[in-house]
Amino acid sequence: MRYPLKLKVNGEVYELEVPANWTLLDVIREKCGLTGTKQGCGNGECGACTVLLDEEPVNACLVLALQANGKNVLTVEGLSKDGAIDPIQEAFITHGAIQCGFCTPGMVLSVKALLDRNPKPKELEIREALAGNFCRCTGYQKIVEAVQSLAGK
Amino acid sequence: MRMRKFEFLNPSSLAEALGLLKQFGAKAQVIAGGTDLVVQMKNKLATPKKVINLMGIPELTGINKKGRNLRIGALVKHAALERSPLLKDGWRILAVAAHKVGSPQIRNLGTVGGNLGNASPAADTACPLLVLEAEAVLTRKQKERRVPLHSFFRGPGKTLLGKDEIIKEILIPPVPAGSVWAYLKLGRRKSLDLALTSVAVLLTLDPKTKICRRARVALGAVAPTPMRAKETEKFLEGKTLNDDVIREAGERAQKESRPISDVRASAEYRKEMVKVLVGRAIKKSLGIPIPPTGI
Repeated sequence: MRYPLKLKVNGEVYELEVPANWTLLDVIREKCGLTGTKQGCGNGECGACTVLLDEEPVNACLVLALQANGKNVLTVEGLSKDGAIDPIQEAFITHGAIQCGFCTPGMVLSVKALLDRNPKPKELEIREALAGNFCRCTGYQKIVEAVQSLAGK
Repeated sequence: MRMRKFEFLNPSSLAEALGLLKQFGAKAQVIAGGTDLVVQMKNKLATPKKVINLMGIPELTGINKKGRNLRIGALVKHAALERSPLLKDGWRILAVAAHKVGSPQIRNLGTVGGNLGNASPAADTACPLLVLEAEAVLTRKQKERRVPLHSFFRGPGKTLLGKDEIIKEILIPPVPAGSVWAYLKLGRRKSLDLALTSVAVLLTLDPKTKICRRARVALGAVAPTPMRAKETEKFLEGKTLNDDVIREAGERAQKESRPISDVRASAEYRKEMVKVLVGRAIKKSLGIPIPPTGI
């Protein structure tokens, strides 16, 4: 059985029909075709699937798609405007905060949520805000430095 | 990892939700933030045929004063508990614990009602609520009851809730003046971990003599349910909290705990950690510096 689902993703309205057992992650990747958001663990334990749901970072793999009805979703694709990347993405690049890149979409969105709430975070606040985004490559140091370079801008 | 198929029901009022729950009984399960249930459904540990979404129900939301008590709706998220200006002084122990749940993403989804209803012995909001002597208001169609939280938990994953019943809200009484508190959670990493052992203490001291007039101590992840260490509490009451008393309190709490060995830690290690953490929690509540402990 399929259910109607209406939600906004990166400012665009989607009117869909989905089975109940689809998650928000499934909808973003399979219906919206936005594959920047990744599936890592599927259990809410790695943060690779992080999106902003009504401006708050959540694990899209744990949200039933139908629970997102009527809500606003921001994925990593929504960070670029007219082909220009977001300063957060720029900072990640210039600071060498990306290796394989798999954690990066989730990381960048968690950073956006942090800076929108707290524009001048201290190092501990940065690390706590990113505590739900695991990175197996970088050891986090350059990610933290990238965010520090944005603090107070 | 695909969840089994189910029917999604989306009531817009508490009455409607309770009616659906009564109608479908054991075939149905309620969902709040989904941070426990969706994981269980993906791993086929839960296979409800009907899932009733509670997130659209206004009567279950909000943090507010109700007389002298603090009322917390079952759907209040851990992130909201962390940030609420109403959780101050003694009530703040709950905000500290809510901050240690999972990760920012989990805290933006998970709710206190879900945390208690899932009834993990390691549930982070449980031990603070136990020392705060909170009550849970449980509701089913046409019937509501208030139960002290210490009788709510029945075993790992098991609660007092009937098949047609949900948690409506938590009520927390005022904390006695002159109370100090601490919550410590031991984990293997700094986030996204279940407690290996957790301790909440709430101690009321006589303002002049500093004798402990009233002690509440709760232990997590070391018994089939979150538990009050009642012998330890009795021991602490009437005493001056010097080093010997604090050390013995740790030893008594250790004797009261009944941990099991599991994939995260052995029972022996957990027992040792009860002793260490109770001692440190008491010291922390008194403002005595302790080594960095846990997450």
